[in-house]
Amino acid sequence: MAIEVRIPTILRTYTGGEKSVTGEGASLSALIDSLEADHPGIKERLIDDGDLRRFVNIYVNDEDVRFLGGLEAPLSDGDQVVVLPAVAGG
Amino acid sequence: MPENTSEERRQLLRMWGAEIYSSPAAGGSNEAVRVAKQMAAEHPDWVMLYQYGNEANALAHEEGTGPEILADLPSITHFVAGLGTTGTLMGVGRFFRSAKPEVRIVAAEPRYGELVYGLRNLDEGFVPELYDAGLIDSRFSVGPRDAVRRVRELLELEGIFAGISTGAILHAALGQAAKAVKAGEPADIAFVVADGGWKYLSTGAYEGTVDEAEDRLEGQLWA
Repeated sequence: MAIEVRIPTILRTYTGGEKSVTGEGASLSALIDSLEADHPGIKERLIDDGDLRRFVNIYVNDEDVRFLGGLEAPLSDGDQVVVLPAVAGG
Repeated sequence: MPENTSEERRQLLRMWGAEIYSSPAAGGSNEAVRVAKQMAAEHPDWVMLYQYGNEANALAHEEGTGPEILADLPSITHFVAGLGTTGTLMGVGRFFRSAKPEVRIVAAEPRYGELVYGLRNLDEGFVPELYDAGLIDSRFSVGPRDAVRRVRELLELEGIFAGISTGAILHAALGQAAKAVKAGEPADIAFVVADGGWKYLSTGAYEGTVDEAEDRLEGQLWA
């Protein structure tokens, strides 16, 4: 089950500069573990104390995972995951 | 203001007598907020209204926007608005949580080009003090391509010349509509047209192909 994950500039030091990487998992938590296996160190930048870091936003098919079950958000083959830092808008 | 905001917004502010301090484009609005807070701290005699943390922002929508919408559309099932300062969504969300709790509150936030997210480290991120995730039900990230496509549809089909972020909000609203159709449920969806298109003409979003417009918006704060 391949899931494309878009990586923000600030985290590309962990992906060898790649903008987009592929991982697998039936939940966001499993996907992040799969990313960590290929890109060691990235998990700690996304998760703190068992939850998503305050200034990290993750979207599955453009929807914020915090409203889809957080780390337990279910994933399916072909889903698009985007990681972005939280920024001010408006 | 970040230096990558549209010239129209700068001219309008100057017209009203403002002296504009530009913060680097690479820091986006996060850096503008940081600089503004620093300036306010250095000048205790100045007033910083601070739209990201001023309860009056949300209160205006709780006491004004929310009741107006319910009066005009009592059958409302969804409310969709842009997530920037978060004031509109927090205020209207709080109103409906008490007045008609079954109304779904949906946020649409702009997804910018990479330059805007160029932080030095993740701890420089920003979440407005007003924001309470418990007041919304879903939150969508909408990129420039969908925002431009929708804002042009709004012009062509409805004759409404709106700002680019309204295209993002409409995109999220249509997503909710499609879900309701699929589920066979009726829906009356209200969404906010936050801004006219005039302030964004110089961004180049309104002419040429959607591809060209998307390229021109790269690195600009279009919402």
